[in-house]
Amino acid sequence: MNFLKNISIIGLFLLTFASVQSSYAADDVKIGLVYPLSGTSASVGKATVDACEIAAKIINEPTPGFEDLPLGAGKGLPGLGGAKLKLIPVDTQGNPGEGQAQTLRLITQEKVSSLLGAYHSAVAITTTAVAERYGVPFVIGDSVAANITERGFKWTFRVTPIASDFAQSYIQFLDELKKNGRTVNNIAIVFENTDYGVSVSGTVRNIAKQFGLNIVADLAYNANSADVSAQVLQLKDKKPDAVIFISYTADAILYAKTMKSLDYMPPVLIGDDAGFSDFAFINSVGNIAQGVVDRSAWVVGPKGSLSYKINELFKAKTGRDMDDTSARGMQAFFVLADAINRAGSTKPEAIQAALKSTNLKPEQLFMGYKGVKFDEKGQNILASTYLTQLIGNQYYTVYPTKGAEKTLVYPYKGWK
Amino acid sequence: MIFLQVLVSGLLIGAVYALFSSGLTLVWGMMNVINFAHGEFVMLGMYVAFVALTALHFGVTSFGVLAAILLFILGGVVYFILIRRVMRGPMLAQILATFGLLLVLRYSAFMAFGSDFVNLPEDILGPSLNWGGILLSAPKLVAGVTALVITIGMHLMLTKTMLGSKILAVAENPNAAMLMGIQPDRMQAIAWGISGASAGIAGALIATFYPISATVGESLGLIAFVVVTFGGFGSVPGAMLAGLLIGVIESLSAFYFGPVYQDVVVYALFVLVLWFRPQGLMGKKS
Repeated sequence: MNFLKNISIIGLFLLTFASVQSSYAADDVKIGLVYPLSGTSASVGKATVDACEIAAKIINEPTPGFEDLPLGAGKGLPGLGGAKLKLIPVDTQGNPGEGQAQTLRLITQEKVSSLLGAYHSAVAITTTAVAERYGVPFVIGDSVAANITERGFKWTFRVTPIASDFAQSYIQFLDELKKNGRTVNNIAIVFENTDYGVSVSGTVRNIAKQFGLNIVADLAYNANSADVSAQVLQLKDKKPDAVIFISYTADAILYAKTMKSLDYMPPVLIGDDAGFSDFAFINSVGNIAQGVVDRSAWVVGPKGSLSYKINELFKAKTGRDMDDTSARGMQAFFVLADAINRAGSTKPEAIQAALKSTNLKPEQLFMGYKGVKFDEKGQNILASTYLTQLIGNQYYTVYPTKGAEKTLVYPYKGWK
Repeated sequence: MIFLQVLVSGLLIGAVYALFSSGLTLVWGMMNVINFAHGEFVMLGMYVAFVALTALHFGVTSFGVLAAILLFILGGVVYFILIRRVMRGPMLAQILATFGLLLVLRYSAFMAFGSDFVNLPEDILGPSLNWGGILLSAPKLVAGVTALVITIGMHLMLTKTMLGSKILAVAENPNAAMLMGIQPDRMQAIAWGISGASAGIAGALIATFYPISATVGESLGLIAFVVVTFGGFGSVPGAMLAGLLIGVIESLSAFYFGPVYQDVVVYALFVLVLWFRPQGLMGKKS
């Protein structure tokens, strides 16, 4: 009996001591990650959460080699007494309704300081609306539909370049090909029919018309389709000089396979990031999609560079190279962490004010942006992108031609 | 020429639809149990093919057989552990039980195989056949022929063999069948096994041209339900006909009206057919 009594006294003592101890350490700062962790885009969502976990580790614990990044010293958030970042990922299932419900839970139950998301543009639309209503900052790392920031929300901040930036790059790239004597008169646009595809294809269409290109096929399709033969046959029938695909992963893979089985290759094939940047795409159909032109603000870069070191960490965690989508998510995470640190508080208003005054220089970033600075609608006005081409099992920058890693392979080689 | 190619592409994908729907029509039509997890059975068939080929180095001809055997066992086990018990309960219990099974299978696959898409090596069944300028995708052609063989086989089995008669007898009236010395449990387990096996073969074949992921059942499951309803509950030849029809309609409407309208056309026709023939194309009037 005496023994038990002693134990309980010691236990009580320890408990009191422990609670005193923890009240000295700064409270963790909670950040909600709103990403698809199941459903057809689960691979991308999972990779982005992995990337953010690496970023949090770089900030929370000393990791040599990352001192150039804001908060790269690994001492937590100095502005909040060295507080650590704590990530709370939730699963949107790629579904706008589910995303909304999960965001609401993060805000009201988990009481997160701020949010990051959301991959699918359709999900970003609904989740930022919840954040706006509750007055919690929502940073968009990767969703590109124009209307996410066009609504003029006060609590939405987007780091990534957007649909109009890409559309501009694609069409300028095609225009340059034309000036160099290639035939580029007719183009085709093939896009998945939710906010992402509709928004990007819309801007591509407008800019293509300004440059005097004919759109000979304009195909909206459902990304969950079991078969895409009809679309490929339509392209085969119309013979465009360049095709621009705006697709998620499963459909991008299916297009590559179907094009081979129906023996169709356009002279230029542009795949807009998302599905075409997914590791699964390169790994499974890269060998039959040689020469796909993609966009990317992420390049692994030479040994010793910041991006190279980040890629090494990502590789150690996941066993593969980082892709553009998760890299954009991770960059946005650093931007948010930097803002929270400067805010010196987890109050939403303080973080919002700090985000508004964000002004990061290219050397503080590991992505190829010209910097990070938000306009009054919350869009990063210094975001930009490269065009890359799949050669072997890696994407290399090919445009803008100046400073590109490789020269463009023309025409598209596919499986040949 | 291009019209013929569109038509042939439609027929090929339609045959694939028919293939993975035939198992569903068996348990749905014969036993009045809606198996929501059927798409997940197909998904497991895909992963069996993937593991058999990449990790166990099975030959191209044997992975389908392996998938069929494993999924036959799974079908039987599911019947004995789950279905046999919930069949005594109300209809809603059956629906929710198979829906629960769907979630268990889907998320177990997530845990086991991760969230990344995986693919079988390209060209595993050879390149497309060129048939007078019309290209026939080899995996879909194999799937089509297999669908035909399985459909005919299943139909003959049900109508011409003792086993088939026993399964049909149990479907008609389990009590009367029991009085004739048939064990309903065993017959129903076999029916579930056959359903699983056909889903397994279908999955193994689909894996040769479609990306494999834990969520693939989402896209395929719905199509199977439409095919079975369209073809007539319980009619195996009906599922074949409906699968081919849906494939062709999808393909033609996607080509001529645009891919985004293919579902509109298919479902409009679907509703129209059910308006005139609620029992489906080849189903019996109840």
